[in-house]
Amino acid sequence: MQHLWLIPFLPFLGFLINGLFGKRLSNPLVSLVAVGASALSFLWALKVLAALAPIGQTHVETYFTWIQSGPIHVPVELAVDRLTAVMLLVVTGIGTLIHIYATAYMAHEDGYYRFFAYLNLFMFFMLTLVLANNYLLLFVGWEGVGLCSYLLIGFYYLKHSASTAGNKAFIVNRVGDFGFSLGIFLIVVHFGTLSFPAVFEKAKAMPVEAGAGWLTAICLLLLAGATGKSAQVPLYVWLPDAMEGPTPVSALIHAATMVTAGVYMVARSAALFVKAPVAMEAVAIVGLLTAVLAATIGITQYDIKKVYAYSTVSQLGYMFLGLGAGAFSAGIWHVVTHAFFKALLFLGAGSVIHACHHEQDMRYMGGLRSKTPITFATLTCAWLAISGVPFTSGWYSKEAILGAVHAHHPWMYWIALVTAGVTAFYVSRSMFMTFWGEYRGHAHPHESPVAMWAPLAVLAVLSIAGGFLFDIPHILEPVFPRGEHGAHDLTLEIIGSAAGLIGIGLAWLFYVASPGLPKRAAEALGGLYTLVYNKYFVDEVYDATIVSPLIGGSRALLWKGLDAGVIDGAVNGAGLLAAAIGGGLRRLQSGNIRSYATWVVAGSAAVVVLLGVMGGAR
Amino acid sequence: MPPQLPDGVPLFAYLLVSAVLFVLGVAGFLFRKNLITVFMSIELMLNAVNLSFVAFSYRWGKVDGHLFTFFVMVVAAAEAAVGLAIILTVFKNRSTLIVDDVDSLKL
Amino acid sequence: MLDAALFSLFAFIAIACGIVMVTQKHPIASALSLIGVMGSLAILYLLLGAAFIAAAQLIVYAGAIMVLFLFVIMLLNAGQEPPARRTSLLAKLLGIPLLIVLTGALSFVVMLAFGHGTVVKFGTGTPGSAEDVGRALFTTYLLPFEITSVLVLIAILGAVVLARKEMD
Repeated sequence: MQHLWLIPFLPFLGFLINGLFGKRLSNPLVSLVAVGASALSFLWALKVLAALAPIGQTHVETYFTWIQSGPIHVPVELAVDRLTAVMLLVVTGIGTLIHIYATAYMAHEDGYYRFFAYLNLFMFFMLTLVLANNYLLLFVGWEGVGLCSYLLIGFYYLKHSASTAGNKAFIVNRVGDFGFSLGIFLIVVHFGTLSFPAVFEKAKAMPVEAGAGWLTAICLLLLAGATGKSAQVPLYVWLPDAMEGPTPVSALIHAATMVTAGVYMVARSAALFVKAPVAMEAVAIVGLLTAVLAATIGITQYDIKKVYAYSTVSQLGYMFLGLGAGAFSAGIWHVVTHAFFKALLFLGAGSVIHACHHEQDMRYMGGLRSKTPITFATLTCAWLAISGVPFTSGWYSKEAILGAVHAHHPWMYWIALVTAGVTAFYVSRSMFMTFWGEYRGHAHPHESPVAMWAPLAVLAVLSIAGGFLFDIPHILEPVFPRGEHGAHDLTLEIIGSAAGLIGIGLAWLFYVASPGLPKRAAEALGGLYTLVYNKYFVDEVYDATIVSPLIGGSRALLWKGLDAGVIDGAVNGAGLLAAAIGGGLRRLQSGNIRSYATWVVAGSAAVVVLLGVMGGAR
Repeated sequence: MPPQLPDGVPLFAYLLVSAVLFVLGVAGFLFRKNLITVFMSIELMLNAVNLSFVAFSYRWGKVDGHLFTFFVMVVAAAEAAVGLAIILTVFKNRSTLIVDDVDSLKL
Repeated sequence: MLDAALFSLFAFIAIACGIVMVTQKHPIASALSLIGVMGSLAILYLLLGAAFIAAAQLIVYAGAIMVLFLFVIMLLNAGQEPPARRTSLLAKLLGIPLLIVLTGALSFVVMLAFGHGTVVKFGTGTPGSAEDVGRALFTTYLLPFEITSVLVLIAILGAVVLARKEMD
């Protein structure tokens, strides 16, 4: 008994303390509780993993029965295998780093305690999601992180755009969750259980499904859920808007952990997906489409956080592409490396924003190389990693995915390759616009405090060295046997690296060498540029086709028609009816004694007549 | 030769008389205006019922009907006493014995 | 034959007095005709063999209750009824038809049950004497008897309370 429950419980305790008493506590105390809870969770996770190492078999701990209803038995059961171990370390480790960062970043904010309470609550739910040993408990964590995401995106609740963004995130997620719920229902129907070991055992014994049967349906519904949570097409629209939340939130939730929950869930359900090739193909196509779409939008955005948001969507697309091509461990590897460099990118962006006094538009930045050297150095490490410069962590995972995709469908490989180049291009663009050239803003940029750059430094080291320090596919071999993705192909690796370097080179050309080039290119492309700049008008299309009719219909039909008319009408009608009957019956009490007498006689006459009709007095 | 009258009286004749008296009592109860007359109509109804009881007591050859009649009489006496006291009070308060004038509860 | 004659006579008197009671304007006249009804009913009881009841009828009903009525009428100086000012429309419309219906229904029910059969002959009505009534009263019907004594007590109390003068 390793007491796995402590791992999620410690952050939950932090949430309770900060949530209930935080208002009365001083900021340092609140930080201590929050960071302490997260750090202790990380240390306990390390201890558990060290005790269980090497984790050959899954270590399961059952605590109590949650649901016992007929044949359905759902216990509260946490389990650790190698996949969980990887996710645990990422969530708690990077979570703790971001907690530390946030103590400095949010130092001057109102509701400091509230922020950390929500952040701890998020950790609790995310860890529950990762440790769960059955689909229902995973779903609890799933929903919980969605809730925390909503709370944290709308943290600046007095700002209308922030609370709207929070709503959007939650509602779009809900659409995905609906699909996920249906998937869970079907699992119950066909497998009779929700427990991972049981379901996957049964799935392993099944034949590969030809065509689209019920297993494909389950997998597609699970994919729908993952699409919502991990911001894939068509449910990605919430992630860019989620940048309304504070930057540590964007780093933790919308880069490193929550959005990878979908990837984790699909990887965990690998046993189901491998038996449903149609669903796997769908995963790959969704991932590819998302990667391309988001990368192209990222080229045109000026808000630094929006660029990285679309980058996250695109990178998540890569992960799904890897999963769909059968390379589950490659997908998870990219989750880990992406957590490193994307969290670093966001935190660095936060540092830059902090330096420029809350300026987020890159057009008003520039020349920060000399003014914020530490931030620049650390962000460079992330930049190299995401561009796929050889031997950085990002290079390893990206090459693994591209190799698998090439083995799966060569046409997907070429598209993914070009997108990798585009990825390098837009990240380089953001770096060049921010750190090169002359400072175009109005503030006095300065370096961030140590509490902010120390986590950046740790993440920078991980971004560069994490690739050859942690050979994730090797670690995950018991879970995802090697042989699902092709062996290392040197040619492909060279081509992949070249794409990244070409991307960087082009960005140098556009933004450092000849600064007027972007403008001329945008004018030359005219309509195409407008389309991409406006994010392909996807939000507007959704608004026109789904949101507005829904709101209009609800207003007219459900509110005015059903609620006010039928329900209120029925209730009021009942009252009016009672009043009317009362009004009528009141006339019986006329105060006129003789009419009373008449009624008495009439009644008795009726009784006697009835008696006669019924056959007499016998 | 005078027509042969039946020997004895059929029972339902008594019951018919009882019914007619009862209905007369109801008529008085409905149509008279004086409180005391209304009350007397009630007494008439009670008497009609008494006749009915005694007739049935004859029919079954038991004495129970007589006892019912006895109790009805006792109750009627008590009721008459209290009812007349009430009428006295009403007269004291309203100075009228007309049924229709005692209408404070009207709409 | 004597039965029939006596019955017819006193039944006729009873009904006639009843009609008079209902139609007379002056309450004294109504009271006196009611006494007549009670008297004839007493004879009818005797014809049915209910000697005790007949006596009780005359002593209690005609002798006490009706005298009480007469006292009250005279005390209140209730004169003739003035013509009706405002009557219930309902009573006027429904009254007579209702009565006819009631009479018809009652008669029908009675006919159904007792259309044939028993014949009443004077002298055959047993039991009916005071002894018989007394025996039943103090054995089978002891409880109701005791209760009616309480009832009478309450009635006395009620009457006294209602009729006394206001306390100043």
